[in-house]
Amino acid sequence: MLYISVPLGKLVRRVSRLRGGGSALPGLVVEKIDPGFMRRTLSTLPLGVAVVSGTNGKTTTTKMVVELLESQGLKVFTNRTGSNFTRGVAAALLGEVDWRGRLDADVAVLELDEAHAVHFVNQVPPRYCLLLNVLRDQLDRFGEIDKTAELLQHIAAKTTGTVVLNREDPRVARIADTLKTDTVTTVPGGGPDVRYFGLDDSLLSTFPNDDEMRAAPGSPVPPAPPRPPADVVLRRVGADDADFEYDGAMVTTGMKLRGVYNIFNAAAALTLARVIAARGTAGQGLASEGKPAADSAGLLKALANVAPAFGRGESLVVDGLPLELVLVKNPSGFRLGLKSFPAAGYATMVAINDNYADGRDMSWLWDVEFDTLRDGGVDQLTGSRAYDMALRLQYDDVAVGAVDPEIAPALAAFIRGGQGKPKRIFCTYTAMLAIRRELSKITTVEVVS
Amino acid sequence: MTPDSPDTPHGLSFGHELPPEDSAAPGKGTIRVLQLYPRDMNIYGDWGNALVLAQRLRWHGYTPELLEYNVGDDFPANIDLVVGGGGQDSGQLVIQDDLLSRETTLKAMAEDGTPMLVICGLYQLFGKFFKTRTGSVIPGIGVLDVETHGTDERLIGNVAVSSPEFGTVLGYENHSGQTTLGPGVAPLGTTAKGTGNNSSDGQEGARYRNIVASYLHGSLLPKNPAVADFLIKTAVERKYGSFTPGTPDDSYAVLAREHAARRPR
Ligand SMILES: [Zn+2]
Repeated sequence: MLYISVPLGKLVRRVSRLRGGGSALPGLVVEKIDPGFMRRTLSTLPLGVAVVSGTNGKTTTTKMVVELLESQGLKVFTNRTGSNFTRGVAAALLGEVDWRGRLDADVAVLELDEAHAVHFVNQVPPRYCLLLNVLRDQLDRFGEIDKTAELLQHIAAKTTGTVVLNREDPRVARIADTLKTDTVTTVPGGGPDVRYFGLDDSLLSTFPNDDEMRAAPGSPVPPAPPRPPADVVLRRVGADDADFEYDGAMVTTGMKLRGVYNIFNAAAALTLARVIAARGTAGQGLASEGKPAADSAGLLKALANVAPAFGRGESLVVDGLPLELVLVKNPSGFRLGLKSFPAAGYATMVAINDNYADGRDMSWLWDVEFDTLRDGGVDQLTGSRAYDMALRLQYDDVAVGAVDPEIAPALAAFIRGGQGKPKRIFCTYTAMLAIRRELSKITTVEVVS
Repeated sequence: MTPDSPDTPHGLSFGHELPPEDSAAPGKGTIRVLQLYPRDMNIYGDWGNALVLAQRLRWHGYTPELLEYNVGDDFPANIDLVVGGGGQDSGQLVIQDDLLSRETTLKAMAEDGTPMLVICGLYQLFGKFFKTRTGSVIPGIGVLDVETHGTDERLIGNVAVSSPEFGTVLGYENHSGQTTLGPGVAPLGTTAKGTGNNSSDGQEGARYRNIVASYLHGSLLPKNPAVADFLIKTAVERKYGSFTPGTPDDSYAVLAREHAARRPR
C-alpha cells in the first residue's frame, strides 16, 4: 500500500533542507498527517527496534552498538544526526525509506532522551532497550533523579524482548525488580529478559554514582554488595586498551575511545550488540537465548575502532599540538573527566555555558571537586557562566589565569598562550559547539579520533 | 578520622574535602559548623554552602571545624553554625523520623540564636508541616512558622530576591512544594525574578532569629557573600563577643553576580 504521507514528508524534508531548516519539521508533518508512519515502518524490521537511553553517554554508546552490529553484517537504521526525540526519529526515517515507505534495514538502534523515549515507546514498543545511567543532569527539566529513573522504568516495561541494565547504577539495576522476568528464557507474557553489564569491583570506586559520590575520600571502600551476574564485565582499563570478560573468558582489546566512562559504555554496547547479533547471525531467528552466536573477533575489532561521537569529546590537532575537548554536563561526568584526563603537562581551559541545552542551573559545579587542577591551575575560563566557574575554583584554591565570558577571544588567547603545551578544554555542550566553530575559523582542525 | 566520634570533623561531606590550609596562621578562634544530613539532603550543590562558610571563616582569620550529622548519629555538642540542604522526596522520607527526634535540640539552638541556613527541603521540614498532593501530612519540627503544600507545578529557574538585609540575593529554585509564611516569621525578601515561596505572594524564603531559610540553591552562599558573612559574624559574636573581619577577595563573586543577574529565568 502506498501512503501519500511518505512522498509528502520526503518533499518537506527536501524543501526544509534547501532552506537550511532544522531536521524536525518533516517529522512533524508526517506525524500530523500519518500518525502510524513510524510504528508501521519500524515494525517491518526483522530484528526490531533497540532504544538506548540514560543520562550520560547515549550518543557514543548508540554509535558503538551500530558499528558493532554492522561488523556482524547487519543493516542498521539509526538517528545519527543526534535528533534524539520522536519527531527527529520520524524525520530520520523519512530520509531512509524509499518512496513507497520501505526501510532497508535489519534493525533500528535509536538514541532517545529519557522524556522523549517514553513518548516513543508508547507508540513503538521496542524489542530491546539499553539503559545506561541516571545521573544528576538537567534536573531543571525533569525535576528529580528519581523521576528520571521512573522514565527509564517505563521504557523497560514497554520492551518486549531484552532489557539491558547497568548493574552498577542502583537506580537502573533496581528496574529489574519491577519487571516480571525470567533471566534464562523469555516466557511468553512473562516480561522481558534482563541482561546486565557491569564493572570489576576494583573499578567501582572510579564510578561514583550520585549516592556513592558522598563516600568520604580515604575512607575504607565498603565491600561491594552482592550483584547479579553480568553478561559483559569491564575488568580493567589501560592507557589504550581494556579487558572485558564474557562467556567466561577474558579478552583484551585496544581502544580508541578515551575516558573510563566511555569504555564502560563499550561494555554496555557489547552486551546489547551480542544479544541482537545472536538472533541475527544465526538467521531466521534460530539462535537460542543466552547462547550468543555473534562473531566475537569481529565485534572486538569493531569495538577497538570506535571513535567518540561528534561533540562528545574529541582529540584534535591545532597548530601542530594536541587539543582535547572533554564534554562535561553534570557532576559525575565532570568528576570522571578530571579523573580520566590528568592535568599534568597540559594547558587547561574550562568553558561553562548555561543555555537551555546545557541546563540553566549552575549548582552542579559545586558538586565537583577541582583539587586535581590545583597544581597547574586553570589557564583560561570562558562561557556565559565563566565567573561562576572562577568563583567555584577560588573556593577550591585553584589559581585562575584569565576569564572572558566571550568564547572566541578566550579561545584565541588560550591557543596563543599555550607555550607549546598540549591543551585540554572541559566544556558544556553548547560551549563545545561554539569552540568547534571557532577552531575551524582560526586554524586547520585535524580530527584524530 | 573516626567516623563515629561526634567531636571529630569526619568525612567532610561525602567525597568533598576542604582545600588544605595554607599556613598555620594564628587563628582568631574556632567555629564549629554542622552540616545537617549531608548524606540524604545534599542535592543541588549544597556542599557549596558548607565550603563557602569554611573557606570564608579562614579568610576572616578563624578556623572552621566542619562536622556533619546524619541519620542515627550522635548529635554533636557546642555547634556554632548550622547548614542544611535540599533533597529529593526519597531523601526527605529517610530523614523525617530522625529529624523529629532532634526537634527539641534544634528548637533550643534556634531560640538561643544559633545562626542557621536551611535550603529547600530542610526549609520545608523546619516548618510546621508538609502536606503532599495526595493529602498525607509530613510533620516538620516547627522551628519556623511556615507551612508547605505539595503541588503539581514545579517552580524552576533563576531567581533574584530583593532583601532588606542583604540587598539582591541571587540563586536558582527547583521545587514543587509551595510555602506560606505565618506571622511568626518574616520573608527573606520579595522576588524580582522567579517565583520564590509560592506562585502567589511574591515572597521568598523566611527569616526568624538568626535563621535564614530559602528555596534558592545554585549554591546560595558563593554568589551571596553578604548572607555568608551574616551567618559567620553572628556565629563569631555569639562565641567570642566580637567579630573582626578579614579581607576576602570578592571580585569574582561580584562579577558572577553581575552575569547571573542578566541570565534568563
Ligand atoms: Zn531546591
